[in-house]
Amino acid sequence: MTLEAQIQTQPPSTPAWAMLRTLGGIAMISGLLVALVYQVTLPIIAENQRVLTEQAVFRVLPGAVSKRDFVINGAGGLEPASEGASGELVYGGYDASGVLLGVALTGSAQGYAGPVNVMFAYDPACACIIGSKVLNSNETPGFGDKLDLDPAFLANFAALDARLNAEGTALANEIVTVKHGTKAQPWEIDGISGATISSNAMGRAANNAAQRAVPAIQRDLAWLMQQK
Amino acid sequence: MDKGIEIRTSPHLKRVISVDKIMRTVVLALLPICAFAVYQFGLSALLLLLTTTGVAMWTEWFFARLSGKGNTLADWSVVITGLLLGLTLPPGFPLWMAAVAAFVGVALGKALFGGLGYNVMNPALVGRAFVQAAFPVAITTWTPAFAPGRFMELIPSTLTLPFMQPNPVKDWVAGLHLDGWSGATPLAIQKFQHIEAPIADAFSGMIAGSAGETSALLILICGLWLAWQRMLDWRIPVSVLAGAALMALPFWLMDSGHYPSPWFVLSSGGLMLAAWFMASDMVASPVTARGVVIYGLFIGSLTVIIRLFGGLVEGVMYAILLGNALGPLISSWTQPRVYGTSKKS
Amino acid sequence: MAELPNTEERLTPDTFLRGLWEENPVFVMLLGMCPVLAVTSTTINALAMGLATTFVLVSSSLLVSLLRSWIPKQVRIASYIVIIATFVTIVDYAIQAISLELYAALGAFIQLIVANCVILGRAEAYASKQRIMTTLVNSLGMGAGFTLALLSLGGVREILGNGTILGISIFPADFQPWIVMILPPGGFFVLGGWLLLFNWLRLRKERKEAEQIGVTAHAR
Repeated sequence: MTLEAQIQTQPPSTPAWAMLRTLGGIAMISGLLVALVYQVTLPIIAENQRVLTEQAVFRVLPGAVSKRDFVINGAGGLEPASEGASGELVYGGYDASGVLLGVALTGSAQGYAGPVNVMFAYDPACACIIGSKVLNSNETPGFGDKLDLDPAFLANFAALDARLNAEGTALANEIVTVKHGTKAQPWEIDGISGATISSNAMGRAANNAAQRAVPAIQRDLAWLMQQK
Repeated sequence: MDKGIEIRTSPHLKRVISVDKIMRTVVLALLPICAFAVYQFGLSALLLLLTTTGVAMWTEWFFARLSGKGNTLADWSVVITGLLLGLTLPPGFPLWMAAVAAFVGVALGKALFGGLGYNVMNPALVGRAFVQAAFPVAITTWTPAFAPGRFMELIPSTLTLPFMQPNPVKDWVAGLHLDGWSGATPLAIQKFQHIEAPIADAFSGMIAGSAGETSALLILICGLWLAWQRMLDWRIPVSVLAGAALMALPFWLMDSGHYPSPWFVLSSGGLMLAAWFMASDMVASPVTARGVVIYGLFIGSLTVIIRLFGGLVEGVMYAILLGNALGPLISSWTQPRVYGTSKKS
Repeated sequence: MAELPNTEERLTPDTFLRGLWEENPVFVMLLGMCPVLAVTSTTINALAMGLATTFVLVSSSLLVSLLRSWIPKQVRIASYIVIIATFVTIVDYAIQAISLELYAALGAFIQLIVANCVILGRAEAYASKQRIMTTLVNSLGMGAGFTLALLSLGGVREILGNGTILGISIFPADFQPWIVMILPPGGFFVLGGWLLLFNWLRLRKERKEAEQIGVTAHAR
């Protein structure tokens, strides 16, 4: 560095401690503020989350007034959701007298524009899916939102066959979406003409959800019915 | 009137053709196609064509006045835009939506760029792309051709109140007692059920579809006449059609039960009309001889790719819009070597 | 830096109004386009986004203005970003606490407020040089301008794309929605339309002023 350059760069130099002081001070204020807001909002957010899930569960299982959360544990059975338990969540819906109405499962599959997340209601008594609600999706409005609105399509989920095979490890018949107007089997979903990709995604989501959760539900069904 | 000696700058063309002469000839070539559309679909198609052309002309006039350009209707180009737009819409398309398409096409596709000669894309297709995205259901609602009372009554959806959903046509179609009417065009039937309509029917236009896209034969004749009049660059339609056929061929050879034959590809949908009258848009296509061939092959092959693998039934519209957008780039790639300069530089 | 001229602005109505019209962050400065295009498919989303951005803008500008003589030039951008990120995190939690549905609708764009150039621009160009009161008024004006711009996009897109305004239906039941308007291209179309209108108004005003000057010059 030449002498001239040194002279030019010297005057505005700020002492290092001033920078440290400022950055440290700002970081401290920032940390305090964030921690404070986090503490205040945490219980509210958790409550919001609970209410949102509960609404979805009660919507797919009409008549349910209470919900219990379960996780599918490593052994392929169910256990109550608690701090320590990890695994996929399913929700049991019970009516006022504590009778199990059904179990809500969540499934997801790739649709036309990103993943389609759906909640399905599974009725252990008839071994079938009895309701659906799209939790979130980016499907094209006017086409993709028929998944949740089109009465003809929703009729597919009135009693969609989800029986287990003889070993109880997987579904006896994979749930699939078939072309509009060609549904022949109780485990087939009649697609929406014009929203083929979205309705196919719905079928895959149902299949994913049922394949994972139904064996566990059926295994621990007796225990499940005693909970409330 | 004695003209005396005419002094002009280059290029020194032997045959003096003005813009409005070209445009008038193109309009003339479109008239038989319009007439067939009206014969096939009746009053509704007539009203549709009148609406798109009228609104397109009004929009052109309005924007010309706004920008103080004087009367630009005289060059006839906007009439072509209006007619082409009308021909690509389903015959029972609600008139108010057609008016929106014409307005958006001319305003967004042409006027905002500075009028004729400055538009990057074909204005008719800009308008159609807009309504395709805005009203996807209405634009895929087809009505049968040669309905018995077509000269006496309108398709119910034609006269829909502005901003309202199209009147349902299901009952009206059922009342016609047509056998085997499925509401789908041959292209859609091929795509989803893998059944090809007879080539002869598709080629001559005895099928359902957009108002003016059904008869490949008639379009071919009109287009050939126009090319013979040297009003369009024959390389463009030929290379579009060749691109489409070449792209379709290997798939058809691999699995002819699933993929359409090249003949079906050429004679169905809007490909023929688009190749002869839209891809050949003088403003929006490249200017070099090699460039137009690349441009045409690109549009043709892309059309087939969209038809076979895309979510849409017909892809020629987006293929041309994309080709238009690439036009200047293709032109600059294919600049001929200036005489006397070396190849590399 | 005593030798620099005093750049501190006096508080006038213009301090606030500039953000609404003359220096509108969206329609004039074309800043922060990402949320403008992405979350304006409904009025309520646009409003929430506008308010969230305004909150971050106002609070971070205030803090920057408060600390302006403390922040050395070399670390100013780092300081501003930390301050902005703090308030963005706060907004993020607040929206989750208010409504999870809204949070899902706004998605990643809440966190992306931190990268909104309107805010960093205000901190750098205004708050770091001005007194607290003028900063408060100016950033409120900018926030209001930004919110107004988002609302004007969101309003048009929701009315045409869904037939509703703030979720309330304003058309008869068989209204045909313009689906393109709630899709991303609709954002571009509507933004383009508004920009066209604003530029046309601005040009007309300039032309009128030029004519005025011409007239007075002529009269002399």
